[in-house]
Amino acid sequence: MTTPLLRRLAAPAAALLAAAALAGCSSSNSGNPLAGSQPTGSIVVGSDNFAESVLLADVYGQALAAKGYKVSYKLDIGSREVTYGLVKSGSITLKPEYNGALLSYLDTLRKKNTPQTSASEVDAAVAQELDPGLEVLNPSTAQDNDTLTLSKSEASALHLTQGATISRFITALNGQPITIGSSPEFQTRYQGLLGLEQAYGLKDSQITYKSLDAGGPLTEAALTSGQVQAGDLFTTDPTIKQGGLLTLVDNKGIFGVQDVLPLVSKKNLGSAGVDALNAVDAKLTSAGLLDMDTKVQVDKDDPATVAKQWLSSEGLG
Amino acid sequence: MSVFNLPSYVQSSFLGLVGIQLEVALGACALGLLLALPIGQLCTRLPWTYPPVLGLVTIIYSIPSIALFVVLIDYTGATYTTVFIPLTLYSLAILVPGVADAIRAVPPEVIDAADGMGYGRMRRYVAVELPVALPPLIASVRVAAVSSISLMSVGALIGNYGGLGDLLILGLHFFDQRLIWLGLITLLVLAVGCDLLLRLLQRLATPWARQRGGAA
Amino acid sequence: MNLFNYLRQFFDDPTYRHGYDDIAARLGQHCEYSLVALVIAAAIAFPPAVATGHTGRGQGLVSAVAVLGRSLPSLGLLILLAVHLGLNFAVAMIPLVVIGIPPVLLYTHEGIQGVDRAAVDAAKGMGMSTSQVVLRVELPAALPLILAGLRVSAVQIVATASLAAVVSFGGFGRYIVDGLYQYDYAQVVGGAFLIAVLCLFTLFVFWLLGRVAVSPGLRRR
Repeated sequence: MTTPLLRRLAAPAAALLAAAALAGCSSSNSGNPLAGSQPTGSIVVGSDNFAESVLLADVYGQALAAKGYKVSYKLDIGSREVTYGLVKSGSITLKPEYNGALLSYLDTLRKKNTPQTSASEVDAAVAQELDPGLEVLNPSTAQDNDTLTLSKSEASALHLTQGATISRFITALNGQPITIGSSPEFQTRYQGLLGLEQAYGLKDSQITYKSLDAGGPLTEAALTSGQVQAGDLFTTDPTIKQGGLLTLVDNKGIFGVQDVLPLVSKKNLGSAGVDALNAVDAKLTSAGLLDMDTKVQVDKDDPATVAKQWLSSEGLG
Repeated sequence: MSVFNLPSYVQSSFLGLVGIQLEVALGACALGLLLALPIGQLCTRLPWTYPPVLGLVTIIYSIPSIALFVVLIDYTGATYTTVFIPLTLYSLAILVPGVADAIRAVPPEVIDAADGMGYGRMRRYVAVELPVALPPLIASVRVAAVSSISLMSVGALIGNYGGLGDLLILGLHFFDQRLIWLGLITLLVLAVGCDLLLRLLQRLATPWARQRGGAA
Repeated sequence: MNLFNYLRQFFDDPTYRHGYDDIAARLGQHCEYSLVALVIAAAIAFPPAVATGHTGRGQGLVSAVAVLGRSLPSLGLLILLAVHLGLNFAVAMIPLVVIGIPPVLLYTHEGIQGVDRAAVDAAKGMGMSTSQVVLRVELPAALPLILAGLRVSAVQIVATASLAAVVSFGGFGRYIVDGLYQYDYAQVVGGAFLIAVLCLFTLFVFWLLGRVAVSPGLRRR
């Protein structure tokens, strides 16, 4: 009955499993699966769980490697709520950040609400509110903000066009329900639903929320297909133009200032490292970032390769 | 073979992921079996322990894996241990009833015959009870192994500790369908492969069952 | 242990008392996903299992389907479907149905096949047609195992329905996934607790069904 079939499959199956087990023992990059800590003296670059964060981690990491540092990566870990704790504990040495979003997160932890009207204001406040042992290095001019972006159908239904503000949108909504899609943490952030409610007057009762991802493929798809009427896409997202979506102007500035910069744990990063990262940020612009993002997210190039190309073209690696 | 080439952010080779998957998932299953043998034996020797153990085991199984992974992060950090422990618990949940039922399935006549032939307790256990209990036991090990492999992929949600499951989540974040398919199909092949291998083991370990043309 | 603190924190939080995230709404969603999936899984698995159990053939096929259903990682299938089909209800249902089929298939097959041959022969001897034999003898006799299969399937579905939250769906899994991303362990513990309670409640419902539907002569000691 089934015996002949089993006999035919058993040998190759056993060989496959044995080979895989042996390969796993020798080639696993993560080493012993049950160990936890990092060797001292090397740098661990972490990133949040969205494509641009991974890309920036590759950029910073490779810039450091070019200076002779021993760099390892922990990519696509989770949201800032998780990775901030990892930098604080020293599990990761640095991660790419956005000064405004970081400040907003620190504000929530410290129970404050710092207005984010200028980059220097934000940087000063961040420096003050960071946990001891942590610092942010020089910000770049490259920005990548959260946005409230409308689907094509919602924009036309409310007669909103390029340049329309969020305030205008809320007024046009006039108390009607709206489906918003973004990452799960968007719901509890001031640079998210809380800001929309507190600064713009959107009512909780109007909202139907769909937990998707942080400006990633799920949110992009939901917005372009009209499954959600509004969502959070990043300003460097190529899909906005491609999908004919409408990004609303943040007239009350809840999404703040978002310069890209590294968050580092001071002890493991020497001055050569700090200089290397500052050099990167001096050359990083919004246009350059958008270009790299397009290569990764649209052309599906490997972010490590894209990072390397950018670094060589800027003379940094 | 380019389909097995993984992007840099996966941080492992394809075979590396397969290796980790097998190590952690099957390791957890093996540990679960090791723990289930004495516990299951206890349940058959002291029948009143069986219902509460069964109840506890059902509760464990009803807690979603992702919840256990997240809660353990507080205690074991974000590592493979955080995935290993719940996988062991889930294997236990399947194997304790499995072991108990397997032992109870040994017909009393067989035990009497062994006693009649003068076998001591230990010899009877090793030479008679275990071999007869082996087929149903291996059947539940099969279930435990397959669900262990499949459940481990959820570990990808706590920061890429899901073995091949990482391919699923990263494929989602970078919208790379090839990664998602690769992860899914490999997981399927691994699980089915494990099942087939264990079935083979079951057949080899019970030559008498084969003569009857018995059930798979 | 801080688990209790988390639980208390969760249930005290007013966010979960009203609005789109409240416990009642999530309960409704979770039950919806689970019930629909269970009914569909049972509808798909039941007829073939009765057929193979009655004829005694197809054991290999039943086993193979069961293995496939168990081997397919629910999370993987869910993500694949979400990417290809968007975020509609079918995407949440299909993985749950896939995981719900094997227990119903296996237990029903075994139940029907294991019915005392003497009873079946007696029924045939009395002149019953095949469908009468199945409906009036085999099904009632196999009921304990059939219910067991439905019970195992239901518990698996309720627990696995938590994964639907990874691709934006609701239910109690929403608390777990949101809690993970918001670094809010009270939510995670709360969600897990609610799912475990729901599973236990499902077990209770099936126990009740067993007492009501299963003929007293068949009840186990």
